[in-house]
Amino acid sequence: MAAVPFTLLGRRYRFCASHRLHSALLSEEENCRVYGKCNNPHGHGHNYTLEVRFSGPVDAATGMITNLADLDAYVNERVIEPFDHRSLQDEVPAFREVVPTTENVCIEIFQRLKTYPHAVLEAVRVEETSNNSFEYARGQRGSRHE
Amino acid sequence: MVYLTRKVEFSASHLYHNPALSAEENRRVFGKCNNPHGHGHNYSLEVTIAGEPDPVTGMVLDLKELKEILEREIMQRMDHRFLNKEVPELQDKIPTCENVARLIWSLLDGKIPSGTLHRVRLYESPDLFADCMREPAPQGGV
Repeated sequence: MAAVPFTLLGRRYRFCASHRLHSALLSEEENCRVYGKCNNPHGHGHNYTLEVRFSGPVDAATGMITNLADLDAYVNERVIEPFDHRSLQDEVPAFREVVPTTENVCIEIFQRLKTYPHAVLEAVRVEETSNNSFEYARGQRGSRHE
Repeated sequence: MVYLTRKVEFSASHLYHNPALSAEENRRVFGKCNNPHGHGHNYSLEVTIAGEPDPVTGMVLDLKELKEILEREIMQRMDHRFLNKEVPELQDKIPTCENVARLIWSLLDGKIPSGTLHRVRLYESPDLFADCMREPAPQGGV
């Protein structure tokens, strides 16, 4: 019998939000040059897809790494409710100073979910559109959060 | 190293019920998945093989061979089956996505003729999947 493989549970969620990419550290001209259309002062929106992956032992009684009802409630309370149908830089305090690029959205979501009590958060992946996706995984170095 | 992934889809039914728990506890823990008549999913299975391309054929593994292995080991066992009753390895287990993915891993591990089994990803629905790997990926990534 082969060794038990390392197992992850993956779950996807969706939220819709607007953002504007604008850095207070850059001039108006530089902002326009760096962010292009994404610097439009009135903002614009995306249908985001959030993918989270958790590891942990598979409970013998339930066959689960974590109960989906617990996971869904946690992600909904900490990410979907505060982000869905919001303007990220205006309504999510973490993005008042930090530019709400999807790189930074990934890192912020990771910080919000890493305390989940029933399993270990391994990675957060966010699709900003069907063509752009970003991933932030546990143990990565070089980030301002680590 | 090159990673080759083949996808197959199968449809199956299951239910979650642990005889060690009371009827009430089963309903509380498993919710709708505890419906005694079962329910079904269209499963999507991605199998990833890691290896170096053969210098002559340019292939990590002949996809035809992988297709045959998946047909024999997985599709014939699970497609259009009631997993709890018709797959013997799952009879004393709850056939969650995690446990079905682990069974698929054990059915494939050691049977891949070239390259090595790198990852099994089983989607129970587009929004729920389980991954099995030999060991955690470096830094938790893919």
